[in-house]
Amino acid sequence: MIQLNNITLAFGERMLINGATTHFECGKMVALLGRNGTGKSTLLRAIAKLGEVSCGEIMVDGRNIVDVDIRSFARLVAFVNTERVDVEALSAYDLVAIGRSPYTDWMGRMTADDRAIIERAMQITGVEHLAQRMVDTLSDGECQRVMIARALAQDTPVILLDEPTAFLDLSNRYELCTLLSRLAHDEGKLVLFSTHELDIALSLADSIALVDTPDFVHMPTAELISSGRIEKLFDSPYVQFDPLSKAIKLR
Amino acid sequence: MHGKRLHTSLFVLLTLMSIAAAFGDLLLGTTSIPLDEVWRVIVGSSENANYVKIITELRLPKIIVAVLAGMALSASGLEMQTLFRNPLAGPYVLGINSGASLGVALFTLALPILGGLSGSMFMRLGITGVAWIGSALILMLVMLLSRKIKSVSTILIIGMMLGSAISAIVGVLQYVGSEESLKTFVVWTMGSLSTVTMADIVIFAPIIIVGLMLGVVAIKSLNMLLLGEGYARTMGLNVRRSRTIIFLSTTLLAGTVTAFCGPIGFIGLAMPHLARMTFRTADHRILLPATILWGAFSMLVCCLVTDLVAHHSLILPVNTITALLGVPIIIFVVIRHRNRQ
Repeated sequence: MIQLNNITLAFGERMLINGATTHFECGKMVALLGRNGTGKSTLLRAIAKLGEVSCGEIMVDGRNIVDVDIRSFARLVAFVNTERVDVEALSAYDLVAIGRSPYTDWMGRMTADDRAIIERAMQITGVEHLAQRMVDTLSDGECQRVMIARALAQDTPVILLDEPTAFLDLSNRYELCTLLSRLAHDEGKLVLFSTHELDIALSLADSIALVDTPDFVHMPTAELISSGRIEKLFDSPYVQFDPLSKAIKLR
Repeated sequence: MHGKRLHTSLFVLLTLMSIAAAFGDLLLGTTSIPLDEVWRVIVGSSENANYVKIITELRLPKIIVAVLAGMALSASGLEMQTLFRNPLAGPYVLGINSGASLGVALFTLALPILGGLSGSMFMRLGITGVAWIGSALILMLVMLLSRKIKSVSTILIIGMMLGSAISAIVGVLQYVGSEESLKTFVVWTMGSLSTVTMADIVIFAPIIIVGLMLGVVAIKSLNMLLLGEGYARTMGLNVRRSRTIIFLSTTLLAGTVTAFCGPIGFIGLAMPHLARMTFRTADHRILLPATILWGAFSMLVCCLVTDLVAHHSLILPVNTITALLGVPIIIFVVIRHRNRQ
């Protein structure tokens, strides 16, 4: 579904990723790991057409994304970031409904089909009981689910999420990642998300893309664990990765 | 859905209230005209030429201007609040009016010194033009700054600082301006709905209608922009084009009203909040007409207040009344916004 062809990413003068080539398939949940400031967000933004690559090309559904017009692209890739949407008097239902924008007419009128898709999206993410609640009264976990429902309503084969678990507590994090895994495995979507939760990524993701500036590797989770890459990435005087328990431990 | 019933009844209620207020405006003024005479003028059977003149040439234009100005200011306020994602944005607070003031000050005060032209139609068109340019420039400046600065309050402080700086420049211009041009300018700054004549409405009304129509065209974009420009783009919005349309709409609306009626504060900021609070929605398909209706109603009420005090031969600039009406709402919004964070 998504193909990266020898892409190079930079943030200003700083090189982040040099020559990444890989592809991501539908029906898979892919975790994007890497330390702070290594370009995880920059990569996701580039795939979402919110930023640009320094060189190389990104293909979605066989087409270079720079050649896809913005409205058609919105039917291929949905994006969710960490930013909390605090809009006054906006109901959760109306927020999810905005996700139908790539399909509606100039006024944004909903058809019965649109409404059915919105309701299904809210059902899958378990937020249908919040439909009439105002988004500024939701908890962080509820808000994040509603934002994912909005991405689902956009009805795209690809969903990109930038640190979806960032502001959630432990049980909410697991719950959310289980939801993401359902979206990949039951709904057949490509779910690509960046995260700092190593244990969640290793236990739930089908494959892991690792950014170890300026290197980029993408391999199946089990393969990555035994490859020694994670040890290298997280090795410091204070902590180390233990491949047996798949966890970071204090030295 | 019960929301739909609520919206319909609110729309009907607001329309009826506006009609009542408009009728009150026809009735009240410095000259007291009996109710049955007013009715006769409306149905066209009045024989008192004086009454006909007062009602059709003074009171009716004022009502039309009040409705259009209220609609325009509140719609532009809503568009700015959504575009800047800032609940305290509005033509007055962001310094759009100051920009228009500077343009008008340069035009009325400085131009005559340099040997400019005069003539009332030329003055009118000139004031409109410079007010547009002034408000568009400030709007662009605030937009550029708000892309660098994300903080809601910082932008407002900058808007206010811009306003103060501009007042200082305007002060200097007032000092050097001639007595006659100074009078023109000061009268303009007080804000008045009654200086607009039927002849002016011929220019005023179409521009406002175009501005409002651009607002309607932007409804879907505004809904998407509620979630921010990044999200809007990933949902297929051509952000640059939408921003241009919204810019054009707000400049036409706020700039034109400021040019014709002077700087009228707080309506643009407060009405979108009243609409959100009463209609309980952020969907611009409901919110835009609701805000516009609230704007028309509130300006008619402001008019009614000026009429009431005018009855006691006290002429109040419409500015003072909109401030008294709007400021409490704004303070309420600020406090609520603070408590949420």
